[in-house]
Amino acid sequence: MIKSEQVSIIQRITRVQALQIVLVLLTISIIFSIMAPDAFLTVFNLRSIMMNTAIFAVLGVGATFVIITAGIDLSIGSVLIFSSVISAMVMGNLGASGWTTSLIGLGAAILSGAAWGWLNGVLVAKAKVPPFIVTLGTMGAALGLAQVLTGGIDLYEIPTEMVDTIGFGNLFGELPNLVVLAAVVCLLGGVLLHMTRFGLTTYAVGSNPEACRRVGVKVDRHLIWIYIISGVTAGLAGWMSIAFFQQTSIGGNSMTPLTVIAGVVIGGTSLFGGIGTIFGSVIGLLIPVVLQSGFIIIGVESYWQGVVIGIFLIAAVYIDGKRRERAVRGSGRKPRRLQVGGVQVGSTEKEGIK
Amino acid sequence: MAERRKVDMALLEARGIVRTYGSVIALDGADFDVEAGQVTALIGDNGAGKSTLVKILSGTENSEAGEVMLDGNRVNFNNPAAARSHGIETVFQDLALCPHLDPVKNLYLNREIKRSGLLGLLGFMDRKSMRDHSVEVFTDLGSTVRKLNEPVGTMSGGQKQSVAVARSAAWASKIIFFDEPTAALGVVQTANVLDLIRRVRDKGIGVVLISHSMPEVLEVADTVQVLRRGRRVATINAADSSIEELVGAMTGKLDEEAA
Repeated sequence: MIKSEQVSIIQRITRVQALQIVLVLLTISIIFSIMAPDAFLTVFNLRSIMMNTAIFAVLGVGATFVIITAGIDLSIGSVLIFSSVISAMVMGNLGASGWTTSLIGLGAAILSGAAWGWLNGVLVAKAKVPPFIVTLGTMGAALGLAQVLTGGIDLYEIPTEMVDTIGFGNLFGELPNLVVLAAVVCLLGGVLLHMTRFGLTTYAVGSNPEACRRVGVKVDRHLIWIYIISGVTAGLAGWMSIAFFQQTSIGGNSMTPLTVIAGVVIGGTSLFGGIGTIFGSVIGLLIPVVLQSGFIIIGVESYWQGVVIGIFLIAAVYIDGKRRERAVRGSGRKPRRLQVGGVQVGSTEKEGIK
Repeated sequence: MAERRKVDMALLEARGIVRTYGSVIALDGADFDVEAGQVTALIGDNGAGKSTLVKILSGTENSEAGEVMLDGNRVNFNNPAAARSHGIETVFQDLALCPHLDPVKNLYLNREIKRSGLLGLLGFMDRKSMRDHSVEVFTDLGSTVRKLNEPVGTMSGGQKQSVAVARSAAWASKIIFFDEPTAALGVVQTANVLDLIRRVRDKGIGVVLISHSMPEVLEVADTVQVLRRGRRVATINAADSSIEELVGAMTGKLDEEAA
């Protein structure tokens, strides 16, 4: 008979890289809490950690989908800037005040993000240009166009309603609305990825696109949607960013795509496709922010954060590689077992022939 | 002597199939028959046109001439989906499984059961029915797959094979093509696969086995159809044939002797 899962819950938990990384995050947090008990574990500090993670987390949702398909989207930082510029221009033309204007600005940001995502997706899926090159190209193009549109000067005309509510508003007194919005996006992304057919197809396409084609999955169309999702989250992040900073940030965000991709990969999403969780990405993105905050509090130069994240990133990919190696070793690709006169010697297959 | 076997009412009849690739004639008016509840072996030397024939009959490629009758009705498979909608499945040589997904998800790849109502419209899946039905399919086939929530990539070659076979068996109502299913397997696993093939056949499905292993063909097949240079040159009853006869038919040695 076919048996249900036999491994213990503890075994299952430790097998998930996302939960290993939770342990890492907890350890770091505990160390900082012990070293600076009255500065690290304060409502103020935890709020600022969450605020600093919020925009990265939104970008991380799109990046997780892309990386699960074994793709990469380097353009998210530039698309964020482009979308925020379009959004600010649209809102500026409408008088830069009121909720209607803010929501039209949101729509403009999401649409411009989606447009870049669609372009990335078509070039990757239909033109078969490698995702690294496509998004490296659009990374330059989106930033360049944003600079052309503004002459390189940041736009400051942002409706006060969205700055006060989205950028600095709170829910239940202390929970920043920016964080609530990011949490909602992560939740929706998680449900889409882990519970729907679309999400399952995303894993399948990342795992073996040829197998998907043979059973009739429209792989190209799915990939285009994946890059559109990444563009949409970048557009939304652009809108959140102008609500928070009260201006566009054309000069910023050059490291954003790398920070987000590093966080997603540290969170257990495999660059080779087929593996990953939104939860892991959020944890992976929290780690650099927590490190930076903690280093500042305990008086270590915050530049060390870059060094530590670099080590974590390489370690995460190393562990992923080992995991994949193990998976392959446990499969039929291992050398044939020794056969003596039709009798199996040293059988590792516990199941007999029925 | 190659004995022509009388076929009364085949499940699938292909007649005069032609397919060329540039100046290469892969199929030169090939015929092929599949009967329900029988294992039909398709053999031939490299380049005889076996793969091309299977690709055409499973909808992966189009033929240039000839006709295919399924249950006496003319059919035309322009794409794999068309063949599948007629109950024809293929177990590919590379298995075409997603290594990161578990057997249930592989079984239901692109055929996931959606939940009823609004949740279904939003794309939510009915995991319980998918799992329950998968357990039925695996049990039914006597598959060696035991863990339904482990990624297929971590399983043995034989277990992967049985997932691929189960997927085809779950969806095929008429015919399953097995493209060299045992080429990469050891002795025990090969025996398992041949056993799976018999079980599929016993369900009344027409099984087509493409194989280079003559002992295997003789062991499991009811009928052997031999392709040579793009044509069917012999239909042999496996029960009273021998490796020598099959090899002779494949290489053309028998014809020369008869001439």
